Amino acid sequence: MTLDRFSGTDRYVATEDLMAAVNASITLGRPVLIKGEPGTGKTQLAEEVAQALDRPFYEWHIKSTTKAQHGLYEYDAVARLRDSQLGDGRVKDIRNYIVKGRLWEAFESERQPVLLIDEIDKADIEFPNDLLRELDRMEFYVHELKETVQARLRPIVIITSNNEKELPDAFLRRCFFHYIRFPDQETMERIVEVHYPGLKKTLLAEALRTFFEVREVQGLKKKPSTSELLDWIKLLLAEDIPAEALASEDRRKSLPPMHGALLKNEQDVHLFEQLIFLNRRNAR
Amino acid sequence: MLVKFFYQLRSAGLPVSVTEFLTLLEAMKNGLGSGDVDEFYYLARSTLVKNEAHFDRFDKVFGDYYRGIESVFGPDPVQLPDDWLRRQAELFLSPEERQRIESLGGFEELMDALKQRLEEQKKRHQGGNRMIGTAGTSPFGAYGFNPEGVRIGQDGSRHRRGAKVWDRREYRNLDDDVQLGTRNIKIALRRLRRFARQGAEEELDLDDTIRSTARQGGLLDIRMVPERHNAIKVLLFLDIGGSMDDHVRLCEELFSAARSEFKHLEYFYFHNCVYESVWRDNRRRHAARTPTMEVLRTYGRDYKLIFVGDATMSPYEIIYPGGSVEHWNEEPGSLWMQRLLDNYGSAVWLNPEPEQRWDYTPSTGLLRDLMERRMFPLTISGLERGMKELM
Repeated sequence: MTLDRFSGTDRYVATEDLMAAVNASITLGRPVLIKGEPGTGKTQLAEEVAQALDRPFYEWHIKSTTKAQHGLYEYDAVARLRDSQLGDGRVKDIRNYIVKGRLWEAFESERQPVLLIDEIDKADIEFPNDLLRELDRMEFYVHELKETVQARLRPIVIITSNNEKELPDAFLRRCFFHYIRFPDQETMERIVEVHYPGLKKTLLAEALRTFFEVREVQGLKKKPSTSELLDWIKLLLAEDIPAEALASEDRRKSLPPMHGALLKNEQDVHLFEQLIFLNRRNAR
Repeated sequence: MLVKFFYQLRSAGLPVSVTEFLTLLEAMKNGLGSGDVDEFYYLARSTLVKNEAHFDRFDKVFGDYYRGIESVFGPDPVQLPDDWLRRQAELFLSPEERQRIESLGGFEELMDALKQRLEEQKKRHQGGNRMIGTAGTSPFGAYGFNPEGVRIGQDGSRHRRGAKVWDRREYRNLDDDVQLGTRNIKIALRRLRRFARQGAEEELDLDDTIRSTARQGGLLDIRMVPERHNAIKVLLFLDIGGSMDDHVRLCEELFSAARSEFKHLEYFYFHNCVYESVWRDNRRRHAARTPTMEVLRTYGRDYKLIFVGDATMSPYEIIYPGGSVEHWNEEPGSLWMQRLLDNYGSAVWLNPEPEQRWDYTPSTGLLRDLMERRMFPLTISGLERGMKELM
């Protein structure tokens, strides 16, 4: 087993508990399941792990129509039928019509790969169950070729879920689990620092304060998350908005600049305008 | 020793399996989680707990277990009852101070701080903890505490750093049926899935294509099948206005989740109790009403009936003709309820009020009896029980 340790990268701030889960998964060669609010960097984690450990990276994005079989291989029967009618010579070898899936590709990797199974909850309820044996033993059987494909090196499997569906117990039992909490102010400062190094202290402080204030507003349909904050700061920088604009007295009297990056729902913007209207009236 | 921990987790209702426990031991054998207690805590949590809703419970058990170990090897831990602490705090803090603390993070924080203060103090004065029992009314005084010295408001951040991770119990509000978002509701509603193929033929049926191509002597014959849909039909009745205003958000979420989950969803609004007519559009509730009789005739018996309402009203509104607060009803609400229930075999009532409170409102009891006790709270676990009942 490898002795690699993941401890965050210069672009990704990993908390202690996240590192514990990822390292346990690397050491024991079992998948790690990552859950959390949207926009807290679940998908990015896998990329960063691959980069930090310098491993080949395979992504498998799950959609509602994805079947477990798609990750293993697909037998393109229609192409074979067509070829047979056209009298193509390739038709004799069934191998020509087996299309490899992401899992197979990862299994064949020369070096230990990182495999991301993104948003596993999007697929059908039975999907995780269909992958149990494959992820447990890291092998599967190809019926058409009558042979077993086995992983050369157990991949580091990172699975993300948005919690749209409950995952089956049998599946959960085989994973390590981590829930990415929404970062606290201290961690958030580190995250912003990592993305925009040398950001003016005042601007950062004001931006964060505004951001957490927005998050605290009761009744928002979609609270802004880390990725929205980062986008917003990018906009602030691009427009060269001074920290004073955020800090000034009329913060309570108008929407924060570039609010479109933070509030993604017209009802939320509306709610905000009403709050500001109330503030203004109270101030009088 | 960890075996005991394992059983403690299980008796706390955490679904920890033997496999997971063995995984934890294996991980520890590989040198993980041996650095310090925090590291072990994180490792154990990610191995044994697979649902963030259980984090809080895990934290509690871990805290107890850890303190238990301390009591074997370390100094005697002082177990201070919370209400005792609370009273002490009330004795020692002026209302203004309390308010300041409240604004800084609430009473719970204060409790933690006080608890910790006591423990710190105890370490400095050997054997001092015995004083708690004997010092009578003023244990804080015995430890050299006075309201001025406490100054909890000022070093809120310092004590936070000192507190154990699991003792912070940051996952408290993720526990069980507190949070109910659209997504959660969808998960619960998903129990009501029964797939069937219906409608236009738009998917390639590979097996059938191959079979029929072979039968045609190799001439490609494409076969299509309709897409699979959830075949469950739902009739949703929503109570609107009055006491339901408190629950608008919850109902909104339920509604939007249900709407995307069921292909056949019909919804109607009513106020407090169902009478001879219901409506579809709240802005035109008086102009465009649908007679309940028509609903009964239009939608077949295979529809599943879901009422959503707090069932909080005067009992007259259910059992007497003319009891409605909005109009004169010729027949009592209970009769209309009965008609609906007779027509639709599977029905549930979802109540956004907490279950403990149901017994205090007679109308809730009345409706619950009418529903033959198929009333469930509008929480995740309630929804799941309800959906099970409907299947």
